[in-house]
Amino acid sequence: MNPALLIVLFGIGVGGMILCLLRAARGPTTSDRIVGVDAMVTITTALLVLLGLMLKRRIYLDVSLVYAVLAFVGVLVIARYLERGL
Amino acid sequence: MTAAIVGGILMSIGAVFLLLGGLGIFRFPDVYNRLQAGTKCTTLGAVFTIVGVGVAEPAWIFKAVLVAVFILLTNPISAHALARASRKSGVALWEKSLVDVQQAPEGAEEAGAEAADEPVEETAEETGGAEEPS
Repeated sequence: MNPALLIVLFGIGVGGMILCLLRAARGPTTSDRIVGVDAMVTITTALLVLLGLMLKRRIYLDVSLVYAVLAFVGVLVIARYLERGL
Repeated sequence: MTAAIVGGILMSIGAVFLLLGGLGIFRFPDVYNRLQAGTKCTTLGAVFTIVGVGVAEPAWIFKAVLVAVFILLTNPISAHALARASRKSGVALWEKSLVDVQQAPEGAEEAGAEAADEPVEETAEETGGAEEPS
């Protein structure tokens, strides 16, 4: 792969992450912040795989899979907490 | 060479969808609008990006498809849990939203109540019939 194309795609994804981070910083309610963090986590999962292609390390696929599992469980726990408390 | 080109195209589509998902989360007026924009665009973008990496590097295709299928299965579940939690915790809709499903007209509520009552009576009769022989 062309390294310049990969760096440009990584920059585009980081731009989306920055927008989600702004929403998580200034969202009016708690649900807005959680929605922003949830989208940021999904973008991070995609960017970890892209980073593995950039650095030619296959271990980043495993890191991405574990990150996706932990983020899924975390978002479910936060949603349950918002709904009825722990 | 062809695999690299196809993978690059898929990754480009995915990255653009990731950026659009972030833009929707930043610009939309409401929790629920933000949730649907963020979830759909971000899921599609992540799946396209990861499958594009798998196509560009053919030795990685199995784990890449595994990660993509996992995201495709779990992301709607977490979005649904977040939407239900924010609805039950009392986050208001946008003031220009037209339809609020949970404030349905009275006829729909009565129909739902009747449909909910009928199975209860049947189970009561069944338990009563079961108690008589004993």
